[in-house]
Amino acid sequence: MTADRGPVSAAEDGEARFSTWTGKTRGWALRRLPPDKLLPEGQPSYVSSWIYVFGMGAVAAFVYILGSGAVLALNGPTWFHVSGLGRFINSTHLWSVELFFMFMVIHLWGKFWMAAWRGGRALTWITGMLAFVVSIVTAFTGYLLQTNFDSQWIAFQAKDALNAVGVGAWFNVADLGQILMWHITLLPLAVAVVVALHVVLVRMHGVVPPLEAATSDAQLRSAAPIPAVDGEDMK
Amino acid sequence: MLGIKQADAGMPDTGIYFQWGDFLIQFGNLVVIATMVVLFILALVIPFPHGKTRK
Ligand code: HEM
Repeated sequence: MTADRGPVSAAEDGEARFSTWTGKTRGWALRRLPPDKLLPEGQPSYVSSWIYVFGMGAVAAFVYILGSGAVLALNGPTWFHVSGLGRFINSTHLWSVELFFMFMVIHLWGKFWMAAWRGGRALTWITGMLAFVVSIVTAFTGYLLQTNFDSQWIAFQAKDALNAVGVGAWFNVADLGQILMWHITLLPLAVAVVVALHVVLVRMHGVVPPLEAATSDAQLRSAAPIPAVDGEDMK
Repeated sequence: MLGIKQADAGMPDTGIYFQWGDFLIQFGNLVVIATMVVLFILALVIPFPHGKTRK
């Protein structure tokens, strides 16, 4: 062990040498997600297929949604009815949402047919599912903000359902101010957090080998197996 | 009746629907689903471009 490789080699030696919770957390994080796994330079050859692009396609669409949404929110909920630019930004906001959901669903189909939850990747699948559900709620609150007859109709159908399950008093679809707040703060933040966790989990585990690939395949074996991490992937 | 058309009131029009027996779908929704299926198939058959080869 050399002093200049400090934190990484210390992590490789195990958590024992850390005595504080911050040190132990760093050791754990470096073991589970070393920098070369977090930001890798290459991927196995089986990843060179368009089907692997849709997850990042959804991320890209989401980034545009956040940008255009910020412009809409900062100009207030009437601007996009009266300004030409406002209408345009509003339209691109909607179309990026359409792309976001289309990419997400194609991504989901791809992962389903690859059985991509294999090898200890269950939490990746679950966070993906959560991203889907939270995105639907976010889109729903977006439709309520159209402030036209469409949104009025949606709100007054939805209020009956929400009252029937007993949450209508706290999640009141007829309260525009409350729905605006859900749509522009809490829900996008929730989607962002879930997606970040999802992508970090993908980095931690590495991309799942195709169903037909043998586990003996040379490129599926990491150079220096770490039992604690790789053992789990063999499940 | 009052000379107000549905479009004047900003009402969405009723749209185009397709029906096969019990299965009913709005045109726009059908387009979105068909587009996704087509993109999915294209993603599997179109070869992925190879960039700079390392090493
Ligand atoms: C907001 C929506 C989502 C985003 C932005 C997203 C993003 C990503 C990204 C960037 C990857 C990396 C590899 C790839 O793209 O193929 C990935 C992998 C994965 N996604 Fe998603 N995803 C989303 C929704 C979902 C959903 C709905 C599911 C399924 C329920 C899902 C399941 C998975 C699984 C299992 C992997 C791991 C694949 C592997 O290890 O090879 N994701 N996701």
